[in-house]
Amino acid sequence: MTFNRVLTLIGLAILIALPTFIPPYFLHLVIQILLWAFIYTAWALMGRFGFVSFGHGAFMGIGAYVPALLWNYYDLTPWIGIPLSLGISVLLAIIIGYPCFRLKVVGHYFALVTLALSQVVLLSLVAARDVTGGSLGFTQKTVGHSWYALQFPDKGYFYGIAVVLWLIGLLAWQRIDHGISREALEAISEDEDAAAAVGINVLREKLRVTVISAALTALGGAIYGQYIMYLNPETVSGIAVSLQIVFASIAGGVYSLLGPTVGSLLTLSLTEGLRVWFGANFIGAANTIYGILLVLCIIFMPQGIVGTIEGIKARRRRMAKPSAAPSNVRT
Amino acid sequence: MDIYLLEAIINRILLGGVLALLALGLNLIFGVIDVVWIAYADIVMCGMYALYFLYAEYGVPLPVACLIAIIGVSILGVVVHLLIIAPVLNSPPLNQLLATGGLLFFLQSFATLLFGTDFRNIGVRLPILEFATMYISFARLIAFMVGLIGAVVLYLFLKRTYIGTAIRAIAQDRDIVGLMGVDQRRIYLVTSAIGGALAGLAACLLALQYDVHPFIGNTFGPVIFMICVLGGLGNMIGGFAASFIISQIIAIGGYYSNTEWSYVLAFTFFIVLMFIRPRGLFAR
Amino acid sequence: MLSLASVSAGYGSFQALFGVSLEVPKGEAGGVIGPNGAGKTTLMRVISGLIPMQEGVMTMDGRPVGGLPAHRMVEQGIAHVPEGRRLFPRLTVEENLRIGAFIPQARARFADQLDWVYTLFPRLKDRREQAAGTMSGGEQQMCAIGRALMSKPKVLLMDEPSAGLAPLVVQQVFDLVRRIREEGLTVLIVEQNVQQVLDVVDRAYLLEVGSIKLSGSAAELKNNSFIRQSYIGL
Ligand SMILES: Nc1ncnc2c1ncn2[C@@H]1O[C@H](COP(=O)(O)OP(=O)(O)O)[C@@H](O)[C@H]1O
Ligand SMILES: [Mg+2]
Repeated sequence: MTFNRVLTLIGLAILIALPTFIPPYFLHLVIQILLWAFIYTAWALMGRFGFVSFGHGAFMGIGAYVPALLWNYYDLTPWIGIPLSLGISVLLAIIIGYPCFRLKVVGHYFALVTLALSQVVLLSLVAARDVTGGSLGFTQKTVGHSWYALQFPDKGYFYGIAVVLWLIGLLAWQRIDHGISREALEAISEDEDAAAAVGINVLREKLRVTVISAALTALGGAIYGQYIMYLNPETVSGIAVSLQIVFASIAGGVYSLLGPTVGSLLTLSLTEGLRVWFGANFIGAANTIYGILLVLCIIFMPQGIVGTIEGIKARRRRMAKPSAAPSNVRT
Repeated sequence: MDIYLLEAIINRILLGGVLALLALGLNLIFGVIDVVWIAYADIVMCGMYALYFLYAEYGVPLPVACLIAIIGVSILGVVVHLLIIAPVLNSPPLNQLLATGGLLFFLQSFATLLFGTDFRNIGVRLPILEFATMYISFARLIAFMVGLIGAVVLYLFLKRTYIGTAIRAIAQDRDIVGLMGVDQRRIYLVTSAIGGALAGLAACLLALQYDVHPFIGNTFGPVIFMICVLGGLGNMIGGFAASFIISQIIAIGGYYSNTEWSYVLAFTFFIVLMFIRPRGLFAR
Repeated sequence: MLSLASVSAGYGSFQALFGVSLEVPKGEAGGVIGPNGAGKTTLMRVISGLIPMQEGVMTMDGRPVGGLPAHRMVEQGIAHVPEGRRLFPRLTVEENLRIGAFIPQARARFADQLDWVYTLFPRLKDRREQAAGTMSGGEQQMCAIGRALMSKPKVLLMDEPSAGLAPLVVQQVFDLVRRIREEGLTVLIVEQNVQQVLDVVDRAYLLEVGSIKLSGSAAELKNNSFIRQSYIGL
């Protein structure tokens, strides 16, 4: 058994035992960290290859609202509602992704198209206020402890679900990492035309990772909704949530397996810590500092955020192909 | 044509004037400095607060208050450039996007911290004009006229002055403008100041019609980006035209349904158009 | 007028010029020839301040000017017609010329300079309202030279002004260089067209791999067997 294995096992043991010894407030925090970590990981599945989507708020919103609406209005169990919401998200991801990739909508334009997508979902949720409660939010019918309704007053259950979800996210990451997709996607992110020239099906590879990313984000949104039980368009969709996803993932690092988790851990503990410290009298203080830190971090660690990791990537690539001489880039 | 639809269309054309100003500002900054200010709408929010406090709280006469607000936001534009944009000028576009995104977080939360989340209105009640049995908002009419004048002044500035010509030149070939004796950094500062002033002007016009609150930027920020992309990022005339197209879609959608659905329609239209004309409606 | 002593420069960690020295006396024309990638464009960029000088001394009229950024170099009287013309394609011809007169000294003389440029290039006057990018290659080259002249420079740098032009137009460009010299300007010109450039310059330098390999009067170089073999193709 390698050292890494041992560490992983110890980590898992702590994770499993956690709910027995920490107070409910912290458990609540840990559940949120895990759920967001899952969503950030899902975003980073595509973000790490340079497809920066500002539209993941849309998938999260669909994931959260669809099962909740079906439950309240049709008593449909989330066990069906959630797969449905995943299906809708995947469909949407294809409807947007296919033409984007087909027409090579990249960079700023891709970011802004996806931003529009998250606005479409947000505004639809607000506009359909007769059904969704609009910006006042939406509360699910509660039935107490129920597997059928996926509702658990005891946080321990959601803790378990969050851990499993988070592990699923890591697993998806590893599958892509160790599969042929990664090399293809890396090649695409460096030079699409060159990738196409060596026989990579650019469109299919991009679409596949986008679909996985969207589905997992919707799943994260669904479980988050089941856990929180109160949904508000602004907290599960729209530009603010999309930005939060992008920021936290990138702050943690999108090129390593645990990067998005670190991002979730850091940002949530920071906002929570600042919130407790400042108390309720200073609403906004926490996010003010958060905003300043974001800007400082991007200015003073230009290497730190994308670059350091770029460096690691380059090193990894060099290790993989020791014979390849560094190419002379001419501008 | 249905008189109410006509009324909606006219009122929207009028609102389009303000959006056009913002689209001009954002496109100017993008075209010249090559950075998308995600926080542009939140800079407008700062201007609205400035106007609110000057006019409604401290009793400064409205025109003076507007002038101070415009100058203030213009200075804010320069400060933002110096503190946030200049250090990331040579970073990858994603980092630039994030730096101004961080600014968005900062401005929204700082405004919450300072002013709370209350909706505030400067309390200028302008009459509703009745015109051939249609009701036209006077505030919007003013906003439209001033917006148009602002656009014309900007056009003349860019067309007739040396600095204006340099601003257009730098957007076409930024590496060699130095050979003409143009100091790139100075042009960037001037551009940020103009972009700020346009945001300040738009802030004054919007404050006549809307309450200000810390998150007002989220309501029209995405629309402005959409307009700019539709017109072609950096293409000022395209952005100007696109703002009227988008506001018409919102008007017609809003007439048949409610405002949010009309925005949904507009964003959907935008996404579809991006697939038909990926580089903007007026791409060359 | 313009003198460089042991000037070195490069891009990042890549060094492209190694201790280049050259001298262009007032009113004369100098030529720089050499193969692709020799560093000719880099040399022009260092002189006009587009890239920083790493080592060496550069003077104009005896005053040290090395290390100034490009927009300050223009004020020192150096104008640079860049490789590939680099007009602002969506500005009109006249706007391109106007931006050439951006520095304060030049703005004051704008009308006179414009007249002068239009007499040098009557074609430009006909096309003053046309977008510069829509003109033919030769007209664009005229416009690029005109733009540089608008600042009323003392030294005009030209980087391959004849590249990519039809033979007849190439001839016009060289005629023009002669005219400009007659107006008293000092000229430093980079060319691939070795035979023709040696007809218009007084002195020439052969640059290879970032160093001056040969220099001499135009007549000397024309008769130099190495130059004849390698560059004139005789
Ligand atoms: N912007 C640049 N960045 C890095 N290297 C450059 C750049 N421009 C030119 N070089 C390199 O500098 C050397 C000289 O180039 P250049 O001055 O353009 O040569 P020439 O004009 O004589 O053809 C070449 O090796 C070229 O690859
Ligand atoms: Mg060259």
